[in-house]
Amino acid sequence: MTKEKLRELQKTALTVREHIIRMSGNGGCFIGASLSCTDLIVYLYKEFLNVSLQNLNDPNRDYFFLSKGHDVPALYGIYVELGWLEKERLKNHLKTNDFIYWHPNRNIPGIEFHSGSLGHNLSVACGVALDCKLRNQKNKVVVVVGDGELNEGSMWEALLVAAAYKLDNLLVVVDRNQFQANMQTEDLIPLKPLDKKFEAFNCKVETVDGHNFESLDKVFSKFPFEKEKVSVIIAETVRGKGLPSIEKRADRWFVNFIDEEIEQLLKELHGEAKAHLTSETIVAR
Amino acid sequence: MTYSEIVLDLINNDDRYMIMTSENRAAFRNLPPLIKNNFVDTGITEQTMIGMAAGLALRGRVPIVHALATFLTMRAFEFIRTDIGIANLPVKIVGAVPGFLSDGNGPTHQAIEDVSIMRGIPNVNVFCPADEDDMLKGLKKVIQYPSAFYIRYNMTKPVVEHSEFEVGKAEVFGDGKDVAILVYGFLFNEAYKAKETLESKGISVRLINIRTPKPIDEETILKAARECKLIVTLEDHFITGGLYSILAEVLLRNNKTANVLPFAFMNKWFKPGLLNDVLEYEGFTAEQISKKIIQRLAGS
Repeated sequence: MTKEKLRELQKTALTVREHIIRMSGNGGCFIGASLSCTDLIVYLYKEFLNVSLQNLNDPNRDYFFLSKGHDVPALYGIYVELGWLEKERLKNHLKTNDFIYWHPNRNIPGIEFHSGSLGHNLSVACGVALDCKLRNQKNKVVVVVGDGELNEGSMWEALLVAAAYKLDNLLVVVDRNQFQANMQTEDLIPLKPLDKKFEAFNCKVETVDGHNFESLDKVFSKFPFEKEKVSVIIAETVRGKGLPSIEKRADRWFVNFIDEEIEQLLKELHGEAKAHLTSETIVAR
Repeated sequence: MTYSEIVLDLINNDDRYMIMTSENRAAFRNLPPLIKNNFVDTGITEQTMIGMAAGLALRGRVPIVHALATFLTMRAFEFIRTDIGIANLPVKIVGAVPGFLSDGNGPTHQAIEDVSIMRGIPNVNVFCPADEDDMLKGLKKVIQYPSAFYIRYNMTKPVVEHSEFEVGKAEVFGDGKDVAILVYGFLFNEAYKAKETLESKGISVRLINIRTPKPIDEETILKAARECKLIVTLEDHFITGGLYSILAEVLLRNNKTANVLPFAFMNKWFKPGLLNDVLEYEGFTAEQISKKIIQRLAGS
């Protein structure tokens, strides 16, 4: 990856994070998960996926599913940067005159499928991947899933079927931020050794730093990892990445900040002083 | 034509149609080798099958999915509601051995809330054929209908030849004014026999085969409520959310009431056993139905 490209991706990711922070007031959003997968989503849309508003009807285009749903602000953010969504519309977050709310939905052009109920989009993606294979098309089908989401039995059920149908056009990316809603994954329902679990389901697994674009580029460019196997990337990420004052904190899963805090967080994102956050934290929702 | 032949014909003429199953092949054992790429067996995975059906539908396919009615409508309920219902995808959901047809299996296999929960999902319609003839008459139209449909699979031998099928239209036998029997699915045959018994005793009967509980034929029901002394609802389903509830909704919506005698499961599962014995045990034979109707007419 050239230095120029790297700088461009980092700049886009920073802007997407700004959009996310601005959505964390006036009703709030799931900021922790949105920030952990921001770099992944920026990389996927800018470098990896062959999908645009112009080719949505092209049967050979790629497909992207955001299975964990809560992190949709990252998706809105990248869509603004891609020019798919007018920036002004982000102000409609949680307004009933638009469709920009806490979970993805198909009223926003580019969003493939709604999510929010965990454990669904992997099987939906399997259906799309199967159809692409049946038609001998070369589409890539990518699903970003949460690590907490891997508690759902339907994820493993879908992997069994994906393996049976040898869906090597399917790429599962785990946003491994180590947290589920209120707890660290390893303190509640431990997932380790996660790579071995996927391997036992006949997947080919790679682990990568989910915030390093050069590393992401190296791993993603190897896809498909092995013929006739589902590829899995465990992207090691940090919940709340970019904002030290909320990073890796169980109590900053869902937040609803006041304007002043948002202004401070925007400064913190750019390396200035840490924000002084006084808004009540919402631990369980 | 058989079920298999109708589906094969659809697939041969239109590649969009696909058969899916979570390891339930009773309805089309001969088909898989004939439709290779249009056949998907996901194993015992009702949820994944529905999710995949949604994915296939996103790609323009029309999956016709099969599993036992209980597991399909309940294990995978949230997948049907969320992936098919919210997305409004034209997936056809075929539930095997619904209602009394699970005979000796026991309550785990008794789909007797399926009509209630499926019709409760926006964008999902419901087809409950009376018997094999009724099912085959409606099958193609229901599969080609632009919405999702839940189909209560029923291969019971017919006692009558059914008329042309139309989505949202009930089939009416007779214009009796003493009693109207509203029925869907497997119990149609008992209702038909009950009609003959009652008529032999001088009671005039109108038999209404509610082929699609959703969309419901409101006009036919209201006409019966207006013209008949007694309305009977007959269903192998819990009393909640099925035909009795549908009738109540239709009447209430139109500021009407009626004299109603329901046959349904009153907050309990039915006794498992051989089908005919089960009907007798639970009081759903034509004879038992006729007797109760006569008693009700005498008392009212």
